[in-house]
Amino acid sequence: MDVTSEGLKFIDELDRFGGVSRRWLIKRDESTDSRYGVLPKTRPISELLRFGIICVDKPPGPTSHEVVAWVKRLLDLPKAGHGGTLESYP
Amino acid sequence: MLPIALGDATKVIGVLMLADKEYVAVMQLHKYVDDDRLISVINEFIGEIYQRPPVRSSVKRTLRIKRVYDIKVLEIKFPYVLLHVSCEHGTYVRKLIHDIGEVLGVGAHMRELRRVRTGPFREDDYLVNLHELSEAVYLYNELKNQSLLRKYIMPVEYAVSHLPKVVVSDGAVGALTYGADLAIPGIVRLHEHIKKGDLVAILTLKGELVALGRALMDSEEIVNNMKGVAFKTIRVIMPRDVYPRAWGQRYTRTS
Repeated sequence: MDVTSEGLKFIDELDRFGGVSRRWLIKRDESTDSRYGVLPKTRPISELLRFGIICVDKPPGPTSHEVVAWVKRLLDLPKAGHGGTLESYP
Repeated sequence: MLPIALGDATKVIGVLMLADKEYVAVMQLHKYVDDDRLISVINEFIGEIYQRPPVRSSVKRTLRIKRVYDIKVLEIKFPYVLLHVSCEHGTYVRKLIHDIGEVLGVGAHMRELRRVRTGPFREDDYLVNLHELSEAVYLYNELKNQSLLRKYIMPVEYAVSHLPKVVVSDGAVGALTYGADLAIPGIVRLHEHIKKGDLVAILTLKGELVALGRALMDSEEIVNNMKGVAFKTIRVIMPRDVYPRAWGQRYTRTS
């Protein structure tokens, strides 16, 4: 399968994952050049660590902030952040 | 369940924070009420509700309107009631349960809370605990085996998978990563029913997330026109120069 078909297949997979059932409106037929960029699923691990998401099963004890700090240290990342706390206090 | 964005993926966190949430919560009733009345009062809290954030909260305590899409009563075992709540972001479930108790007239409080969905992420997919993650890092660092790390880390694109999408040509990517807005000629395909003002994910034909955009036109208008700025670029995720610079080519001399 060529890179454009694989890319479009991945986008369909994203739609399914996100529960999106909208149809596509096609402006024109075009293909992508495999020399630039990368199919998201084949990203080298170093890039995946910069453009990735982990869904952590948060243990009840530590705060979300503490869990993020832990993951950040574990993966040796310059930054990381979480998608909202359950109940946040200032 | 806590979605954590790594590195530059932190740029999409705003999307997750503003996304709808689902929770499973345990409500404790302070006095007995019969099941029929309990369920009918709970149903009154489905729809638009007025909510004043609790004393211990991180936002201004003014009355806000929040949308509760659904509350399912999973189990009743007095004094406990197990609830599944699906709601707009910023809805305080603790307060929701307190308010249900007030309307019932017997009082109630929240015993336990677990988030089971944040935007596109559900508790059942790809959930990883800290021990598993630590094991995956060890396997990678010591044995150069990426398999577990790859299994646990999802591409950032999944975090915007619930948004309507626009796919652009290779030639449009460079300018977008330099902050340019997206004009109609750069669009290859787009989802139907995008309305002016909607937040969209702008992707390459390979499926890579380039940027988040705000629609300046409806989908149908974009399809029927050949030029004009269709999306305002509001957050760029892809680094610059991954795709070649293709803008202003008319003015560059080629040998």
